[in-house]
Amino acid sequence: MKTSIFKTLAFAGTALVIGLSSCGNGGDKTTDANAANDADKQILGAGATFPYPLYSKMFSEYGKTSGIQTNYQSIGSGGGVKQIMNKTVDFGASDAFLSDADIAAMPAPVVEFPTCLGADVISYNLPGNPELKLTPEIIAGIFLRNITKWNDKKIAAENPGVSLPDMDISVAHRTDGSGTTFIFTDYLSKISDDWKTKIGAGKSVNWPEGELGGKGNEGVAGMIKQTPGTIGYIELAYAIQNNMSYAQVKNAAGNYIKPTIQSTSLCANGDIPADTRISITNSNVDQAYPISSFTWIILYKEQNYNNRSKDKATNLVKELWWMIHEGQAQTAPLNYAPLPPKAVTAAEAVLKSITFGGQPILQ
Amino acid sequence: MKNRWRVLENKIFVRWLSIVSIITMILLLVFFLTLLISSWPAIKANGFGFLWGKTWDPVANHFGMLPFLVGTLITSFLSLLISAPFSIAAALFLGEYYPKGLVPNIFRNVIELLAAIPSVVYGFWGLYTVAPLVSKIEMKLHMPAPGVGIFTASIVLSIMLIPYSVSLIRQVISMTPTSLKEAAYALGSTRAEVITKVIIPTNISGISAGFLLSLGRALGETMAVTILIGNSPEIPHNIFSPSYTMASVIANEFTEAVGNIYLSTLIEVGLLLFVVTTIINIIGRMIIKKVSY
Repeated sequence: MKTSIFKTLAFAGTALVIGLSSCGNGGDKTTDANAANDADKQILGAGATFPYPLYSKMFSEYGKTSGIQTNYQSIGSGGGVKQIMNKTVDFGASDAFLSDADIAAMPAPVVEFPTCLGADVISYNLPGNPELKLTPEIIAGIFLRNITKWNDKKIAAENPGVSLPDMDISVAHRTDGSGTTFIFTDYLSKISDDWKTKIGAGKSVNWPEGELGGKGNEGVAGMIKQTPGTIGYIELAYAIQNNMSYAQVKNAAGNYIKPTIQSTSLCANGDIPADTRISITNSNVDQAYPISSFTWIILYKEQNYNNRSKDKATNLVKELWWMIHEGQAQTAPLNYAPLPPKAVTAAEAVLKSITFGGQPILQ
Repeated sequence: MKNRWRVLENKIFVRWLSIVSIITMILLLVFFLTLLISSWPAIKANGFGFLWGKTWDPVANHFGMLPFLVGTLITSFLSLLISAPFSIAAALFLGEYYPKGLVPNIFRNVIELLAAIPSVVYGFWGLYTVAPLVSKIEMKLHMPAPGVGIFTASIVLSIMLIPYSVSLIRQVISMTPTSLKEAAYALGSTRAEVITKVIIPTNISGISAGFLLSLGRALGETMAVTILIGNSPEIPHNIFSPSYTMASVIANEFTEAVGNIYLSTLIEVGLLLFVVTTIINIIGRMIIKKVSY
């Protein structure tokens, strides 16, 4: 219960601060106009933890030129969806697109669009740190515990020249509900019917018996580093920053692809539906790394709610527009994959559809 | 005049005390009710099978919490068992042998500082230092050697418990009536006999209370255990097996839990943790009453 207590406390604290500050403004009428102006320049967002480093960098860069202050709280995708549902934030962020049930539960129509891409790499600890090549069948076999030895024939056949030890494979997965797990299980569900029927895709799933769970990327990475013979999936950015060895994966087009920012981006260079709700794992783009996904921002299509001013709505939409254009320059230095052109076009269309009092905000 | 004011002052003070203690009680009651109300959808959906179900499948909304309950109880009691000899020894050292002086003072402060280390630090220290050692033991025993599991979690947890039990037990030991100890010495007891036959028996209720306090801490500890326990919702085969605790599953899955039943189920786990802690506390109090003089 710790988390929820802290959340409640944080809420109470924030409410108190907001309450106090509004009291302060109420007393001094001359500053009311300024206060309203200031309030329009403050944007509040909450949600996914995965893009948090990128978003905070983007918002700080954008703030320098525009004067907009954006407060993004990385409370998790579930929390982001809930907060936008309760209209307590200006935008929510989630590592998975909204389910039909979530959309039905929203009090008003929402739109969502991708801001960047992330990928999961398959990392392992083997003597000599060889660079392995893995097929979808091998990955599903290992994570379903059907392949239990490193010198299994199926692994050896794809990796000629690599000396594979006679060692048990121990499997580590993310135990905290996360977009990382969602991407990985979503991918496995697409490539393995066995996985789809037995386990399925989700942010937390019922893992096969005998697998270990680590908390966060650092927990899984710790397990991999500590124990030879361990394999697990972690975020690409985390693996790059911590010099972990990871495998090339055979994609849907039959090519072995090394996970990089470029090969991750390519995943989304296929056809994107108008509402951008698409799972792009196992992409059939020629040179795409298959275990990749978007992360989304969610906001209301009609911005005139809760007595919001038009200025505030405009500031918000302009900032989001900046994120999918100039802001994309921030992605690569932080090891996030930028949106490819087709995804940017789709996101532009979504932002243009946002209205204030029925009038489109962006002309 | 002065007297009347003092009477009034006393009345205000007593009133204030009772209000504050009632608020504390109400807070606990409201806490319980909130948990009950929020977990009601899950209680209805999961039924009683939730208590002994072994599958935890958020994708299919199929939940059972037996592995979490077992994991919570085993790690808590095992860590209490590991920490008990150290706590008693440190408490005797500080309470009986060297109650005053510079070195005991430093020693006492150091032990109390153990409680000030954030549990996430304990967790990663355990993952990078204790787990590899445990892994070596496991390799010697020819079993899977991930290093993390019940044993590793319990060792680190036991270190975290020591300051809680020591500070309470030390105090009760130092308050042993001198007349009792002197009487024992007069009868020709050795120091060891005084400790085992006088100090420990007369203070058994205080010592048990110290352990009960640290057990409560162990039941609720989340972060360090989550990092070290392996997070596998299975019934453990031995003390090296990976396991999972109730607090850990809440911490792990609450933020990203989508869907009403799933979220409500996690709150139900919290409710049951509350109930389990209460039951253990009541049993503990009964035992303390039974054994004390």
